Amino acid sequence: MSENVIYSINGPVVKVKGITDFSMMEMVYVGHKHLMGEVISMNSQTTTIQVYESTTNLKPGEPVLGTGQPISVTLGPGILRNIFDGIERPLEEMAKANGAFIPVGSNVASLDGNKLWEVTLCVKPGQKVSGGDIYATVPETALITHKCMVPPMISGTIKSVKTDGQYTIDEVVATITQDNGEDYDLTLVQKWPIKTPRPVQKRLPISMPLVTGQRVIDTLFPIAKGGTAAIPGGFGTGKTMTQHQLAKWCDADIIVYVGCGERGNEMTQVLEEFRELIDPKSNKPLIDRTVLIANTSNMPVAAREASIYTGVTLAEYYRDMGYHVAIMADSTSRWAEALREISGRLEEMPAEEGFPAYLPSRLSQFYERAGYMDNLNGTKGSVTIIGAVSPQGSDFSEPVTQNTKRFVRTFWALDKALAYARHYFAINWNLSYSEYINDIARWYNKFVSPTFMRHRQQLVAILAEETKLNEIVQLMGSDVLPDDQKLTIEIARVIRVGYLQQNAFHKDDTYVPLDKQLKMMEVILYLKKQCEAVIAEGRPIRTVVETGIFDDVVKMKYDVPNDQLELFDDYYHRIDAALASID
Amino acid sequence: MALQYVGLSQINGPLVVLDHVKDAAFDEMVEISTDNGTRLGRIVEIEGERVVVQVFEGTNGLSLKNTKTRLLGHPMELPLSMEILGRVFSGAGKPIDGLGDVYADERADVNGLPLNPVARVYPRNYINTGISSIDCLMTLIRGQKLPIFSGSGLPHNQLAVQIVKQAKIADGEDFAIVFAAMGVTNDVADYFRTTFEEAGVMDRVVMFLNLSNDPIIERILTPRCALTAAEYLAYQHDMHVLVIYTDVTSYCEALREFSSSKGEIPGRKGYPGYLYSDLASLYERAGISKDAKGSVTQIPILTMPNNDITHPVPDLTGYITEGQITLDPDLNAMGIYPPVDVLPSLSRLMKDGIGEDYTRGDHADVANQLFACYAHVQDVKALTSVIGEEELSATDKMYMDFGRLFENHFLNQGFDENRSIEETLDLGWQLLSVLPQGALDRIDNKVLAEHYDHEDAIKRFNLKQDLIIKELQTNG
Repeated sequence: MSENVIYSINGPVVKVKGITDFSMMEMVYVGHKHLMGEVISMNSQTTTIQVYESTTNLKPGEPVLGTGQPISVTLGPGILRNIFDGIERPLEEMAKANGAFIPVGSNVASLDGNKLWEVTLCVKPGQKVSGGDIYATVPETALITHKCMVPPMISGTIKSVKTDGQYTIDEVVATITQDNGEDYDLTLVQKWPIKTPRPVQKRLPISMPLVTGQRVIDTLFPIAKGGTAAIPGGFGTGKTMTQHQLAKWCDADIIVYVGCGERGNEMTQVLEEFRELIDPKSNKPLIDRTVLIANTSNMPVAAREASIYTGVTLAEYYRDMGYHVAIMADSTSRWAEALREISGRLEEMPAEEGFPAYLPSRLSQFYERAGYMDNLNGTKGSVTIIGAVSPQGSDFSEPVTQNTKRFVRTFWALDKALAYARHYFAINWNLSYSEYINDIARWYNKFVSPTFMRHRQQLVAILAEETKLNEIVQLMGSDVLPDDQKLTIEIARVIRVGYLQQNAFHKDDTYVPLDKQLKMMEVILYLKKQCEAVIAEGRPIRTVVETGIFDDVVKMKYDVPNDQLELFDDYYHRIDAALASID
Repeated sequence: MALQYVGLSQINGPLVVLDHVKDAAFDEMVEISTDNGTRLGRIVEIEGERVVVQVFEGTNGLSLKNTKTRLLGHPMELPLSMEILGRVFSGAGKPIDGLGDVYADERADVNGLPLNPVARVYPRNYINTGISSIDCLMTLIRGQKLPIFSGSGLPHNQLAVQIVKQAKIADGEDFAIVFAAMGVTNDVADYFRTTFEEAGVMDRVVMFLNLSNDPIIERILTPRCALTAAEYLAYQHDMHVLVIYTDVTSYCEALREFSSSKGEIPGRKGYPGYLYSDLASLYERAGISKDAKGSVTQIPILTMPNNDITHPVPDLTGYITEGQITLDPDLNAMGIYPPVDVLPSLSRLMKDGIGEDYTRGDHADVANQLFACYAHVQDVKALTSVIGEEELSATDKMYMDFGRLFENHFLNQGFDENRSIEETLDLGWQLLSVLPQGALDRIDNKVLAEHYDHEDAIKRFNLKQDLIIKELQTNG
């Protein structure tokens, strides 16, 4: 076998001349510094490799070594609480080994090989096992029990098992005699190629919402567990803030947060905040259920492309244990741009705006990895994908937004005008939609209240009515409207400012349980009903506004703490009293 | 003894191609000598023994025969020591002030290395710029990258200078200013130099000048040299460094020219597909490292072609930087300085750098409410242009008053006026107090009670009496 050497170098793309023994998507080490790379195309003359690290100082003639397997991640205890780069290298360990800056060719093991884990074995010799079966459990963090599963393609009979106790991740804890007679050693870790979805038994119909505690999402545009959502918005509209809020408060068991081509300071902030913030449901730090993948915009572009796949593979692994996992990808546009950049270096024929023709198929492959699944081992779990999209020029007709729209079922369109007025979340209620309403209505009826969806419908109707009326107001001023329509505008303002707008920095308003959302809707609709009666008696709307009752209701989100919902009863008296005071 | 290669096999715009080159490394520097001097270049593509070199000083006067090329064996490096303070360099890092070469303590690769996110310190310390609009509404934080989005004919240079003058000595710690000019005129560079001299800080300034008549390809190096110098001062010598570079749009145009002569597939408006990654490799070099006390704060200035914020350069910049300060030609035409268009302006790091521990407890409330009210003023203005101001409702008229006062008293301030954060916030409260209390829906009632004083505001701004009477009627 002749040695494979570098022939040409162009940015992150390296070519090897002649017929090589590599296979497509194989992971390779490039050059004397062993830069990580991946084979992306081959023909009889050349093999093309994209390199995940900076190629500065690389020379033609340096060796390229194959590893015989596609680019994979290591799955095992120690993933949670950690922060990795796009190809699952632990950034903390790299900082310890190499200092504050990330050098090239830094080969650090993904998971800590020295740490002892408290392992409980749950199989016996002679037991038949197959792919996905749980053979050991490890308390990974205070919140999450890690379940070690037989790799999907392996099955056989347990030959030997160690006793419960402390082991490192690389120690053999059990051995399987496979059906073909060969032995297979089980450690606490397994490898899985990042571009292959992990197998499941079957996809289950979607039925539960992912409760986020954010009113505009839970009430107007809910997302389901196992669903997909996109958050498009120009810069400064609050994509990242929205993603942070969801990562903090949504009721998934595990959060995978992928910072793909975004700001370094933002990742530092997530890291700091999640260590300090306490999960209201479990009273443990949020970091205990979180894994971060940070490939900031100045880190190599090819690893940015990989970071999305790394994230979703980690998510699938925890789903296989029976957990509900939510993955936040911020931002998928950067990932698409990485595709474009590499495609350009390969001199492929570009499609729209220079993006490669395979952009839609790559996007759909990614979003299809979401779902509520029946796992191989009989547990049920879900992967929910929430992707931010950064449309160039804030123009939603650009290729990434348009193609994403085809594959997601919830669309939270962020609006510049709302963001400029500091109306957060700047989710535009006219452009956004959720296709999950019908799938999860039953859950709301059963676990919240049968009236929740009906109230939601009324809110939507008022907002739609207001949009229509605003067209008139913008032409002729609000004075021309009859009083009942003026009331609609006033009530819509209460909904916009008092309900949809939510303050992420207020201790109560940052997370609002569904019960409180319901009670708030009830108060607003009661106010509407009572005012309608007053207007019908012929009193001008101005007199109602002057009582200040609208402003009072707008501020109820701050004035009623989340644990004193009985205070809402008082609002009915106050509304009645205010309206009665009009003479 | 390094090999020299005689002659070139191709010249194309800023690129030259050499054949039969052995042992070349990607990104390596080369030196090209002709009869009248030497030029520097960088290897941008290697295919077997054929290398493509980007020549920084341009290819004018090169021929296929008369050149000798030598590989230097290292990527572009900048010689660094504390001596660089007070010096002026060319865009490629050569001294041009006639004071000779810098005696180097160390040499650093100008491309830098990415800062590990776990080794970053999240920026929290605010920088008091003394400019109301910035301090209150888009607070600048140490370690932030906050660009100024401007247009031709707007006073972005004055604003940058005012920030430097008023922010520099905030707490007496060691500070330095790195200034990089990319494709600006001699006058602009001179303006910065004279104002730094007048402010008496020239011995703390490092300047890198690539003026509009200098070689275009050198422009690609200029910000990298500047940031390398800034990182050296911040991380080796614990200084707080403010990096100002102007104009990013010229930089991007240089990049586009280079890309098209290399025959790359263009993205939007002909800019290369990797423009985002390339800009990020500059902007992301702002920050604070855990290993050092210093910090790198960036204020890049870019002119938006045709004042279009969706142009690729401001658009991609906005996605990388932590906010932006946008200047508005209409405000400028009204004679308001600095003409900061507050609504599209933003500081992303502001939320953690303000409040009780840093500025004042009510800061976030004031800022939010000012934004919300001023956004409403824009709606009212739009309505006014249709139905006329006379037809407005009483509240909307109050908003018009508020808008005018906000622009003339809050945004408008002198070039030498340095307002403290207390003055700025109190002014904000006075302006908000012009509006009826019910309109201030972003603020807790408790905070309102402490600061809201309608009558004082009416007196302060000489508003008409009938407004007071109307107000008394509405609120009892």
